[in-house]
Amino acid sequence: MASEAKKAIIEPLVSNNPIALQILGICSALAVTTQLSVALIMCLALTAVTAFSNLSISLIRNHIPSSIRIIVQMTIIASLVIVVDQVLKAYAYETSKTLAVFVGLIITNCIVMGRAEAYAMKNGPWNSFLDGIGNGLGYSLILIVVATVRELFGSGTLLGYTILQPVSEGGWYQPNGLMLLAPSAFIIIGLAIWVIRALYPEQVEQPDFEMQNAHQVPAGSHGGAH
Amino acid sequence: MSFLRRTLDSIYPHVAEGAKYAKWYPLYEAIDTIFYSPADVNRGRNHVRDGIDLKRVMIYVWLAAMPCVLVGCYNVGLQANLVMQSMGVTEVMGWRGDMLALFGIGVDPTSVWDNFWHGFWYWFPIYAVVFIVGGFWEVLFASVRGHEINEGFFVTSILFSLIVPASLPLWQAALGISFGIVIGKEVFGGTGKNFLNPALTARAFLYFAYPAQLSGDAVWVAVDGYSSPTALSVAASGGVQALQEAGFTIQQSLTGYIAGSIGETSLIAIAIGAAFLLYTGVASWRIMVGVATGVVATSLLFNAVGSDTNAMFTITPQWHFVIGGLAFGMVYMATDPVSAAMTDWGRFYFGVLIGLMTVLIRVVNPAFPEGIMLAILFANLFAPLIDWFVMQANIKRRGKRYAKA
Repeated sequence: MASEAKKAIIEPLVSNNPIALQILGICSALAVTTQLSVALIMCLALTAVTAFSNLSISLIRNHIPSSIRIIVQMTIIASLVIVVDQVLKAYAYETSKTLAVFVGLIITNCIVMGRAEAYAMKNGPWNSFLDGIGNGLGYSLILIVVATVRELFGSGTLLGYTILQPVSEGGWYQPNGLMLLAPSAFIIIGLAIWVIRALYPEQVEQPDFEMQNAHQVPAGSHGGAH
Repeated sequence: MSFLRRTLDSIYPHVAEGAKYAKWYPLYEAIDTIFYSPADVNRGRNHVRDGIDLKRVMIYVWLAAMPCVLVGCYNVGLQANLVMQSMGVTEVMGWRGDMLALFGIGVDPTSVWDNFWHGFWYWFPIYAVVFIVGGFWEVLFASVRGHEINEGFFVTSILFSLIVPASLPLWQAALGISFGIVIGKEVFGGTGKNFLNPALTARAFLYFAYPAQLSGDAVWVAVDGYSSPTALSVAASGGVQALQEAGFTIQQSLTGYIAGSIGETSLIAIAIGAAFLLYTGVASWRIMVGVATGVVATSLLFNAVGSDTNAMFTITPQWHFVIGGLAFGMVYMATDPVSAAMTDWGRFYFGVLIGLMTVLIRVVNPAFPEGIMLAILFANLFAPLIDWFVMQANIKRRGKRYAKA
């Protein structure tokens, strides 16, 4: 059992990362990563929601009629999101204003629904809870990487502290405006996937078709045939 | 055998498969095949469309860009010298000044020689940086993947150096071309597999990352602290009338003596390049005709509709062609054989889409003064879809023909 629990929490980090391999939850990864502090709060919120939704759904998984299971899952997830939203408003009001609608949109985050449907409906409460945490952490890992790159190169700061002094404040660093736009997150996630798949070649998908190679160098010959 | 052949042959054993420096084979291969025909020619049945290889195609484009380089250098120097004359400055600051002084070149705006060399020392450093940095990525990817080094990069580097402002900081040129080559081309598999034009990808990256150095009024003349509105921003503020009042004439744009990106200002130089590309069959006339059709149709439509608040509506087609980078993009960028549509009719529609989007962005989008860069990148994305529709239509047409018979 212990190994199953360990797998549930370790696997989603790199080898089955929800963003980098399953390409889920991209929307919020683009929206909330211009500042690292905001991204961190979002990671906490999503990890909490995924963990507790997995736990609750797993507890009642044998009582949920299959035909209405999506609605039941949605109700549980929505309630949890409302709780998280209220907690943020009470204790981190400024950040919750920056996150704005994206906390509410955790309901539609594919990772939460995906784990509930794929894991919590088939596994026990403790493992489901750990799986929720693991996937939340996998999501967080990518978000932290993206937010670090975007905040550092886009505004020259990290968590609000100036690291690279921008030109406008008398420093030397020319902030990269592209990093503050959503497309940069796509590019950074793409590069992160590149790195992960270079390290774990088993994640590379099979090519859709084989390129014909009509251009083979015959052994022993080289340039300058004439 | 010549000395060159003997030298290359003596190097070959060291870079052949399994040899110590096999990683460097792509570099050897690139140099060898510049001077000699490759030995690894196709065998067996081939589908030959044209007897010209990629290397010659790319070198033709590179040659075709030369008129723009020459006129561009002259014009950058002319604009700078004119401004310096009016400001009463007689010496160029920094290392460029040292370079000019070393060769005894003045800053007289009436001297072709002075203007050319002043401009040259703006264009050449950008080109050199782009070539070295871009070449580094090209060789790196070719070595790691065991590909050949492709000459597509010669084209990308020269075109990129011509579509940026002369005052571009060199580190930005390096960063831009790195993005263009790596993200725009290599991640998709290298030359022939990129669906975006790498030079434009590089420029788009800089445009969004560092708008202060790539747009606005202050960057086009290579004199610190001097700003002059471009023809496009004047047109946006008051239409054709404002253009004429500000002293812009169509003749000026034809010769290219206006401020702008390095190589895009002279219509005559671009026309020479276009004639060469069309004569050699490297560029598709269908794409150029398509772009022209799109621009004329869309701008005539805007002229007819009219607007009380937006002066760009009144800009006539001929003005659209001579201001901004439209002509340069139409001749050198839209016709990139890799990222454009492949079918004959597809090429025409592809061009029309570019022309339409360019005028749309110029006229109705106040955030972007120029539209050709984004229009070509946009059309690049649609090129495979356009081809698909053209091929489907062809299959349907043939199906009907044989059903009748």
